[in-house]
Amino acid sequence: MSEPLEYSRKSKNDHPPARYEGYKSTVHRSPQRKPIKIEHTLTEVTGPLFKNEKIDAGESDLSIVDGQEAQGQRIYVSGKVLDEDGKPVPNTLIEIWQCNAAGRYKHAVDQHPAPLDPNFTGKGRIVSNEKGEYKFTTIKPGAYPWGNHYNAWRPAHIHFSLFGPAFATRLITQMYFPDDPLFAFDPIFNSISDEAVRKRMISKFDLDTTEPDFALSFKFDFVLRGREATPFEGQD
Amino acid sequence: MSKLGITASQTVGPFLTIALKADGQEYIVPETVEGALKLSGRVYDGEGQVVPDAVIEIWQANIFGKYDHPEDTSDFEIINDFSGFGRSCTDKDGHFFFITLKPGRVPGRGNTLQAPHVSVNVFARGMLKQQVTRIYFSDEVKANTEDSVLNSIDDDSARNTLIAQRKEGNDGILEYTFDIHLQGKMETVFFDV
Repeated sequence: MSEPLEYSRKSKNDHPPARYEGYKSTVHRSPQRKPIKIEHTLTEVTGPLFKNEKIDAGESDLSIVDGQEAQGQRIYVSGKVLDEDGKPVPNTLIEIWQCNAAGRYKHAVDQHPAPLDPNFTGKGRIVSNEKGEYKFTTIKPGAYPWGNHYNAWRPAHIHFSLFGPAFATRLITQMYFPDDPLFAFDPIFNSISDEAVRKRMISKFDLDTTEPDFALSFKFDFVLRGREATPFEGQD
Repeated sequence: MSKLGITASQTVGPFLTIALKADGQEYIVPETVEGALKLSGRVYDGEGQVVPDAVIEIWQANIFGKYDHPEDTSDFEIINDFSGFGRSCTDKDGHFFFITLKPGRVPGRGNTLQAPHVSVNVFARGMLKQQVTRIYFSDEVKANTEDSVLNSIDDDSARNTLIAQRKEGNDGILEYTFDIHLQGKMETVFFDV
């Protein structure tokens, strides 16, 4: 068997550091030793593909629970999953979770005194289609306070979990909304020092795909690690 | 072709179980399957405190050393109901577990064979990106000495952080223990993959 083609290494520099003092919980949860480099083997270039996972169409609509509508601003969040070469990543599992319109998560640990919504669980799943496209219907999440520092509030965000084609492409991130006044104060967002990389985590409002009299639309494309260029590429 | 910039990682935060916890996700095989083993441990932070808001994901080959994935073009058999993927959210005491089968040996680079191993992604509140590690097995002494990834670690005590210890004298299911230390003296070896 020939050696597996590696996934890109350079792109990993765009991720935040393990330790970022502004986000206090990282201080004791970040390894101090340098990670040891593994040249990619079959282990790293393969990964779960969820061929047998049964996902209902309804799992991509978070705005309705048992036929009852959630409170808040109904939105679409849609876009593509791509690799670094702009190639679509089809048939990949996408899982999301978020707080409700009032900024409250349906979770025992969340004690924020904002109302829970009986018609909102804040959980969704979809598999990207052949063109790498996905679309969720949901409610715009609220901002919420947290204990990191005095008067700390998280900018509105949706947690996204993606697999891509390999163990090496696994990504969990947060998608933000345009023009959030809390960006400047949020250490999780600002754990990434490069402004251009931070901006790539912000969705764009899109009037064209906004549905009249129904829902605002936000577009967001994910870019997962691509393959290292082969020596033969670029000779065309 | 000009490259697009990747989407950067962000923490799973404290509420990850909303989407990432599901019944049965720790069972790659049922406990009753011949050869089934339990792989379990706890996650600790740098102060020795347990981490109750982590999620551990594993990926492994089947007993023949075959990954259920198109890039594994070996002739070994795919076992249809063995996906090779599992997920376990830690409980309030930092415990996670999986019920699985020991993987076979898969090829490494340069015409070598790797020792049986399971790939691990660790996510948690307070982690801005996942840490990647591997689980090897204490009863695979010979294979472990031949494994190029294990052999790339000079320090014995560091290398030992990657080896799940088989519990002796157990009548029931085979059990292996693998604790994950995110930081500190017993810090688990993590990989740059």
